[in-house]
Amino acid sequence: MGFPHKSHPKETVVLSQYFGDAEARTQKGWVKRGGYEALSQALKMEPAAVTDVVKESGLRGRGGAGFPTGLKWSFMPKEKKKPHYLCVNADESEPGTFKDREIMRWTPHALLEGTAIAAHAIRAEVAYIYIRGEFTEPWTIMERALAEANAAGVFGNIKVYLHRGAGAYICGEETALMNSIEGKRGNPRIKPPFPAAAGLFGLPTTINNVETLVAVPHILKRGAAWYKGLCLSNPKSTGTKLFSVCGHVQRPGNYEVTMGFPLKDLLYDMCGGPPTGRTLKACIPGGSSVPILTREETEACLLDYEGVVEKGSMLGSGGVIVFDDSADMVYQIMRLARFYAHESCAQCTQCREGTAWTTKIMERILAGQGKTKDLDLLLDLSENMTGKTICVLSDSCAAPIVSGIKKFRGEFEAYLAGKRQPVMVG
Amino acid sequence: MTVQEDYQPVFSGKVLDELQTVFQRYPNKQAALLPTLWIAQREHGWISDRIMAEVAEVLGLTPAYVKGVVTFYTMYHQHPVGKNFVQVCTTSPCNICGAEAVMKALLEQTGAGDAGATSPDGKWTIVEVECLGACGFATPVLVNDDFLENVTPEKVPDIVRKYR
Repeated sequence: MGFPHKSHPKETVVLSQYFGDAEARTQKGWVKRGGYEALSQALKMEPAAVTDVVKESGLRGRGGAGFPTGLKWSFMPKEKKKPHYLCVNADESEPGTFKDREIMRWTPHALLEGTAIAAHAIRAEVAYIYIRGEFTEPWTIMERALAEANAAGVFGNIKVYLHRGAGAYICGEETALMNSIEGKRGNPRIKPPFPAAAGLFGLPTTINNVETLVAVPHILKRGAAWYKGLCLSNPKSTGTKLFSVCGHVQRPGNYEVTMGFPLKDLLYDMCGGPPTGRTLKACIPGGSSVPILTREETEACLLDYEGVVEKGSMLGSGGVIVFDDSADMVYQIMRLARFYAHESCAQCTQCREGTAWTTKIMERILAGQGKTKDLDLLLDLSENMTGKTICVLSDSCAAPIVSGIKKFRGEFEAYLAGKRQPVMVG
Repeated sequence: MTVQEDYQPVFSGKVLDELQTVFQRYPNKQAALLPTLWIAQREHGWISDRIMAEVAEVLGLTPAYVKGVVTFYTMYHQHPVGKNFVQVCTTSPCNICGAEAVMKALLEQTGAGDAGATSPDGKWTIVEVECLGACGFATPVLVNDDFLENVTPEKVPDIVRKYR
């Protein structure tokens, strides 16, 4: 589980092995623990050979989309005509997710090592690690680690820089992040062109999540076959994954489990279940952007990319938000919609208007002023917010609304019928 | 609202030297905009129109362009804030763990009164923010650059005492 808790026996500790171990934060401490061996190994290999090992391991992007990492690297131009860039997405802002923060706080050199290996594999001379502005502590730790690593000369010809965000969820979207590094407003770009063709500064770019990159040194050291073997269910999902569990559980925190692990065991055995006397009502398994699961769906869900889809949601970033029977689902879904309304970059009409409008409708319902047709209106708006915009922020707002109305309709209707006391002032 | 501003140019001497090291990280000056604004805010406390004009000048951009970027990001202050700028996460995961009660306690005990307003003694500005990315440590509160975890209304008096 990582600091401040000891890991649970059911965890498969790979990435989180040194969480809570302050010495592992230093260059010397990291080297003592076998750190930077994988980087030296990688620098002796042909870039394409490194990519092949990662491809073979089955590693998929841990930021949310689950795209195969090795395949993504292989999209970079074969013949290098222009500078290549690597962007590291440490703009962790998805409600429910706090794994990258822990990785940077405790194992900054693991991220630097993974970054340098990836940069070598895609033949990038410069890597930017984009850290969200609010992460003041991880920033300080990363800055110190980077200075140490540079002093020790571990990166060869690769230059690694940190770039601080300034408060915008949307900058976690890959092309918005690139615009933000370029000194622009964080508006997502229309794709194609994809980053491998024209990314940062219009040049070939690969972007990876923090957790994806820290898995890479382990894969190089222990082999693709070992990583592939870490699989409890569908062979398309391999390795370990950090799940950030929060909300109504007794022991929230980051838990590292093998792909395919039962969500039920994670929530009850490892996190201690809901507070005493409470029962589980709902769970969002992959960060706030994915559909909500009912208790029954939650208890039958296996944690891998396919298993969560099977239950009607997505694995996303692995941010597990738990609601017990005391939670007001209407209010919480309104809070999520308000989050997206606040964070919309406002480029696309469906998103700019839709996120604000759905929030207003839910505020009206919570103030006891909802109209009977409001639920249909919410669903209609949500449909128009899905699949119609440059990025998926709009879809992410619609996902909890649609699944919330479908699965907890009674709670919405209670407000509409005046059976529930209004909780907001209209 | 017109704000009385004691303006001194930010980018001279050591700060200008610091900016030169920032430039080395990027292929063009425009890309240095976010870090430059961070430096300006550290030095001046907030990003005024005059600061934006100065930033524009050192980076070879227009003041309007700089304003467009400043207004996009929530962490650049477009007006002066209290000595302690406090950000409280109230998004769903923290919300169900009691974040709104933390917010209420902070507003009352600092004398700030309303979210976004500055207390009469100029010491506190408290704002509600969306997800701070520490949901398992609900409720996270960012006081200036100090990231506090597991804040409850009971812990608020100590926080107020410490930073006052």
